[in-house]
Amino acid sequence: MPGRPKIIRKISVAPVASGFRPYGMAQNAKKKESLFLLYEEYEALRLCDYEKYTQAEASSFMNVSRPTLTRIYMSAREKIAQAFVEGRNIIIEGGKVCFDSEWYTCGSCNCFFNNPFKETQLEVCPLCGSRDIQNFESLSEEEKSEFTYIGKSGCGRGHCSNKRKRGRMCQKNQE
Amino acid sequence: MKVAITSSGNTLKSTLDKRFGRCSFFAIYDTLTDEVEFIPNPNKDAEEGAGPASVQLVASVPVEKIVSGEFGFKIKSLLAELKIQMIVIKDSDKTIEDIIELLKH
Repeated sequence: MPGRPKIIRKISVAPVASGFRPYGMAQNAKKKESLFLLYEEYEALRLCDYEKYTQAEASSFMNVSRPTLTRIYMSAREKIAQAFVEGRNIIIEGGKVCFDSEWYTCGSCNCFFNNPFKETQLEVCPLCGSRDIQNFESLSEEEKSEFTYIGKSGCGRGHCSNKRKRGRMCQKNQE
Repeated sequence: MKVAITSSGNTLKSTLDKRFGRCSFFAIYDTLTDEVEFIPNPNKDAEEGAGPASVQLVASVPVEKIVSGEFGFKIKSLLAELKIQMIVIKDSDKTIEDIIELLKH
């Protein structure tokens, strides 16, 4: 029986790095598999520890309940501690998330902007006047489907470990 | 219409300040008269609450758009309520002059 579906967690900014790796490992240390830090865990950590919001405030930003936020946050700390102690790589990916909508991005000047007037549709970039604008949500839409399933390996669907290292896409994923 | 640009100095050659609340100057550009005015930010060294105080400052001008490198969490919701448009520019090498040139389109 599948459980109750997870509520989509809201993320305000994507992380600047896609992961972290240890350096200067001892010679005899065994290379271990990478750890996957979910986007929602990254966001919980950012809100609680970096922005120093309380867990209750952070939970309302992410659109989840306070106990859920606490669980996400706890799992983030556990994973980071494990990666630190065991010298594993951290890869930030996966998780059931969506990005803060109502943001647009311009293809010609690379800026981001929001639409404060929800009634009217934006057509040109407010900065450079280019028509090459895209809703940030439509960008994250395709990423969303990627995020909705959390696998331990490569494509996030559990059938192509290690392939992402060589920069190849998962075959099954493309079918 | 007036646009606020966060600036690191008080000349047109100054670069965009990446932070909103604690930027050095606000360059207020008037699209109608093509004039630029520099307002020093009194909240530059504030320990906390720099963001909301800066919002008040620029909202009293009043401006309709703000160009900056980044906006904090508190600011985003505040500005959304005030219906001020936020424009985020990621590459910070742009000078105030460049941005005004872009705004003229």
